[in-house]
Amino acid sequence: MIRILRPCFIVTVFFVAVLLAALPGNCKPSYDYINISEPFTNKIPMAVPVFKTLSEGATEDGAAKNSADIMQDALAYTGYFKMIDRRAFLVDPEKQGIVPGEINFKNWRDVGAELLITGGLRTKAEVLQMEFRLFDPFREEMLLGKRYTGNVADQRRMVLKFCGEVIKRLTGKSGLFQSSIAFIGDRGEGRAVYVCDFDGNNLTRITKPQEIVVSPAWSPDGRFIAYTAYLNEHPNIYVYDFSSGMQEIFAAYEGINLTPTWRPDQPGMAATLSFEGDEEIYLLTGTGKIDKRLTKSWGVDVSPTFSPDGDQMAFVSNRSGSPQIYVMDLKSGRVSRLTYEGDYNTQPEWSPVADKIVYSGMKDGKADIYVIDVETRETSRLTRQAGSNEAPSWSPDGSMIVFSSTRTGSSRLYVMTASGTDQRQLLDMPGIQKLPAWSPARQQ
Amino acid sequence: MLKKFNFRFILFCIMVLMLAAVVSCAKKAPEPEEGVPEQEQKISETEAEEAERQTKESQESKIDEQELEARKKAEERERQKAEEEKERFLSQKVYFEFDDSSLTAEAREVLQRKVRWLREHPDACVIIEGHCDERGTDEYNLALGSRRAESVKDFLVNAGIDPSELTTISYGEERPAVKGHNEDAWAKNRRAEFRFCR
Repeated sequence: MIRILRPCFIVTVFFVAVLLAALPGNCKPSYDYINISEPFTNKIPMAVPVFKTLSEGATEDGAAKNSADIMQDALAYTGYFKMIDRRAFLVDPEKQGIVPGEINFKNWRDVGAELLITGGLRTKAEVLQMEFRLFDPFREEMLLGKRYTGNVADQRRMVLKFCGEVIKRLTGKSGLFQSSIAFIGDRGEGRAVYVCDFDGNNLTRITKPQEIVVSPAWSPDGRFIAYTAYLNEHPNIYVYDFSSGMQEIFAAYEGINLTPTWRPDQPGMAATLSFEGDEEIYLLTGTGKIDKRLTKSWGVDVSPTFSPDGDQMAFVSNRSGSPQIYVMDLKSGRVSRLTYEGDYNTQPEWSPVADKIVYSGMKDGKADIYVIDVETRETSRLTRQAGSNEAPSWSPDGSMIVFSSTRTGSSRLYVMTASGTDQRQLLDMPGIQKLPAWSPARQQ
Repeated sequence: MLKKFNFRFILFCIMVLMLAAVVSCAKKAPEPEEGVPEQEQKISETEAEEAERQTKESQESKIDEQELEARKKAEERERQKAEEEKERFLSQKVYFEFDDSSLTAEAREVLQRKVRWLREHPDACVIIEGHCDERGTDEYNLALGSRRAESVKDFLVNAGIDPSELTTISYGEERPAVKGHNEDAWAKNRRAEFRFCR
């Protein structure tokens, strides 16, 4: 029985957000808080005191603490911030106000907080109202203020919405708080496609367990996931539809139907097929018909990934004798080899925001995650752990990477910042987890 | 009146003739031989014939049985041999080098034997499975397994085997033949296997 998943980004807006104050005088936000070149090594000290209950009685004390924890964890997850221990705070936030005139910024400067978030909430029946403000204690300035009204059950979503606003205010880019991660999991009952929130919450299995399932791939609108599964001993490409909870066969050509990836700029996919007797990459229409054959080289051509504008495609080929990553210009058809270091470079994924490709490079049977600049070919290694680190996938804002690793034994999912810092396990789930795919940004 | 009489007369004449014929036949019955009672002679003749027939028959059936036994044995041997050949066809695997789908000299030898068997069994529908060792990444290994199966198929087709009887499938690193995380295990897992279509 397949549970129907209703990811947050399909549900229409369910709560109301109100801007609490106009932005400062010049109205042009500056994004100089987060150091662009070294955002993760120079973390910004941030204070998120427990939120204040604004209505009479203490019925939402739990919710106030809980909301503040969700916000602190979600913002810390990005790797941009260093959260200041609440025990170090000089003021009891319950006794201090949360609006600009009521805050003694010196107290926050003294604990080193370069950013401060205050929050208050009130509940009436099932209606939850929350207001959040982001301050710069050194400039004594409010950077952002929002009030949300919604159902009590939407608490997490409202908090995450504000987290997204914070990241947008500080970096100019939408964050990853409304994104999801799909992956192949096996709890001992067979392999299946699972989906969870960006931080591992709300884990759901979306397909029936089978012997072999690989290559989950999100559609650009986040409404579908394509994947390869073996039905009756034949590897077909399926598409799972989140709105119906059903999957349909997309491509079932003779031979293999492998590594689907959606075109970013128009309907259809690229995938590896072998019906002509060799593993080649083809463009498929939105209904799975052959549009055209892209690679024309004997041997394995697999794992296509498009540049954000859809003009270029990186892929893996063993045309030179070992698996390496190549880039094809789709207009001219010109192919150039991208990776030269190492003799086993596979699983490329083009960054959704830059001309960088993350991939796994193997040495002595163990893989590590690398990032290569498409123009300069400058390469940096992101993992140096024991075990094999494989299948990297970018967050929609390009700030983080999810991957699988056998560093503690079985294959598990880990996340890290795009610079390779802050590596941590994403999920606590029995069995194995692998081949993660981070969803695109939520369409708002 | 005249007609009726004529008919009756003719009928009468026929009956008289028939009676005469019967009497003459009875008279022609064989005379028994002298000295030997008719009955006895008949029995001894029958006995001799019977005995002769029996010995003949028993000899014949002995020969038949022996022949049948031999034939059966030969058939059994033949069947066993065919079974063994079929078994060998299925069990002999084609091995590959790491990250390689080209056929080694050894692989070609194994495949030559398979070609001989397939020529003798032109109706056999065969599935060629391509496998990889655990090293390497899932998707590339599925593609490499497919490439290995295709290499084997190409060899068989070039040797004259009907391509419509050959199907390929890849299991990548998903179905190792042996467990273990060493070169020995890896070498045994980088392989193409054969099975018959259902």
